[in-house]
Amino acid sequence: MSRDVLAGFTLAAEAGSSNTARTLTITLFLVFVAVTLAITIWASRQTKTATDYYAGGRSFSGFQNGMAIGGDYMSAASFLGIAGIIALYGYDGFLYSIGFLVAWLVALLLVAELLRNSGRYTMADVLAFRMRQKPVRTAAAVSTITVSIFYLLAQMVGAGALVALLLGIRPGTTFLGMDADAAKIATIIMVGALMIIYVTVGGMKGTTYVQIVKAFLLMSGALVMTILVLAHYKFNLSTLLGDAANASGKGSAFLEPGLRYGVEVAGDATKTFYNKVDLLSLGIALVLGTAGLPHILIRFYTVPTAKAARKSVLWAIGIIGTFYLFTLALGFGAAALVGREAITAQDAAGNTAAPQLAEALGVDFLGGDVGGAAMLAVIAAVAFATILAVVAGLTLASSSSLAHDFYANVIKGGQASERQEVNVARISALVIGAISIVLSIFAQNLNVAFLVALAFAVAASGNLPAILYSLFWKRFNTSGAVWAIYGGLISAVGLVFFSPVVSGAPTAMFPDNDWQWFPLSNPGIISIPIGFLCGWIGTIISKETDEEKYAELEVRSLTGAGAH
Amino acid sequence: MSTDTPAPASTPAERYVAAQRSDEFAGLRKALRGFVFPMTVAFFLWYALYVILSAYARGFMGTKLVGNINVALVFGLLQFVSTFLIAWLYSRHAERKLDPIADKIREELSGATDEQKTDEQKEEATS
Repeated sequence: MSRDVLAGFTLAAEAGSSNTARTLTITLFLVFVAVTLAITIWASRQTKTATDYYAGGRSFSGFQNGMAIGGDYMSAASFLGIAGIIALYGYDGFLYSIGFLVAWLVALLLVAELLRNSGRYTMADVLAFRMRQKPVRTAAAVSTITVSIFYLLAQMVGAGALVALLLGIRPGTTFLGMDADAAKIATIIMVGALMIIYVTVGGMKGTTYVQIVKAFLLMSGALVMTILVLAHYKFNLSTLLGDAANASGKGSAFLEPGLRYGVEVAGDATKTFYNKVDLLSLGIALVLGTAGLPHILIRFYTVPTAKAARKSVLWAIGIIGTFYLFTLALGFGAAALVGREAITAQDAAGNTAAPQLAEALGVDFLGGDVGGAAMLAVIAAVAFATILAVVAGLTLASSSSLAHDFYANVIKGGQASERQEVNVARISALVIGAISIVLSIFAQNLNVAFLVALAFAVAASGNLPAILYSLFWKRFNTSGAVWAIYGGLISAVGLVFFSPVVSGAPTAMFPDNDWQWFPLSNPGIISIPIGFLCGWIGTIISKETDEEKYAELEVRSLTGAGAH
Repeated sequence: MSTDTPAPASTPAERYVAAQRSDEFAGLRKALRGFVFPMTVAFFLWYALYVILSAYARGFMGTKLVGNINVALVFGLLQFVSTFLIAWLYSRHAERKLDPIADKIREELSGATDEQKTDEQKEEATS
């Protein structure tokens, strides 16, 4: 009781503006939900065939799909996470941005168009093109669902924690009768329910429009904040950086790599060595993971031709690259204008740096507490929209694979009717959504931020080798595809399981247990070569080759002949 | 959608094999791989250099160039520039060197199989 009074007392000073912000955040969020639900219902009326459901009728333009790719890709980890890392650790957050961006060249040069030409609905369509269907599609479905669920968990648990922070529900205070823990659970359930509705009702069409709207909101919000930060420093980048470095208390080290990744531990050469290798490992997984993420790959099927797929990636590179440039201003702006202490007081990981910066900018430019509350509310609502669009894409990718790969082609041997398949896809989305909600509630107090990097590592270790061998190596066969996917998946997940992010460290998922022996947090530097090696070994130990089918795949993938 | 219309006396599989063995297709494959493989190696090494310097050459990366702007920031921004540049170069290469051959082979094949599908027709064709 006395604790409540105390908490209420310390909050009293900012209660006025925080209540305004809270009401406004919720109002804006409800507007976003209402608009997206209306779009979803409209999209459901346009969704008649399996192609409509899985691929939005392949009717989107290159620009629309580029926006949707941006909406699908720029997750809370990109927006709040990178801005937060820069705000707290300076330059190192930028390393993430660069990996996330350069990765798109793999998609552009090696994957997007060839996949669009030769596949239909899922990643496995290409992998299984010239292979025995059942083993390859099973492996691809397992990998797709694993990657998507890891990513989903990170997003949903993050959403739960964020909503409590963004709505200002702190330990000891309540909102609508809920304390912080109850509000977290309520948020996870709400996010889960909305993503299930977007996907089951609107299919790919509805999901795509939600992602386009979100990309527009996120880009606009980040652009306005960037302009305000730069205006504050009279468009002098050097002054902004200098101010951020001073405010951080780290001096010029704040503007250099090394405070967060590849940290040099004085007097401990082994630890320093592992930290640096860990940085390389993270860098490789980021750059090679994107082109193996199933929820990104299926976006290439939503456009009519390979040329449109190329245009979508070009747009996506432009949009995503611009956004990551904004995050530089947001992160350093938060470091300078909000300050480390105020940020870590809200969230130790820095995830609230961007919304807090919005509030500071609002106070500065729009005038007083009301302006601050308004900016905070807008950016908090954008953050929710960001999370919703990404989780919808992930649910769609995993349920499509379950229905199209596992149900229709493994269980039914390709004999399922289109209507059956789409019904199963909808049920799968419901089931996967429900499982994610339950898992997220169990994981809500565990540190699961590493799951995003793990999703990239699995995609780079299992999916990418299988895709590249499939498209470019004549000799590749069923055994090779199965080996590559399982080899990469198992080595990435296995190594992380024995790494310090899962046990044996204070920041681990299970800090009280210790079965850690693998020294790196990021498995990519080991698991990606294992994935490629497994694909090669699996191929050469099997005699299977099908030159005719490879001829068909090669001609179709390069020319678009017979494309769906 | 059937293929009973006057078609060459060959199966689709044979036509794909024939197309794959044509000089035209060999040219297309060469034009694609000749661009994307070296370019992939190049941008990967360029990116790897950046990550390696970030890990092992902190003194160099911390060198100040103008005001508070240091080598690390400029190197990072150059990764953006190179990504945009490679994307633009590829799209130019694809439009000039890949699309014309690909379009021609596709038209020859679809003419042979009577599976001509324009973008507008695709929606119905898949249902």
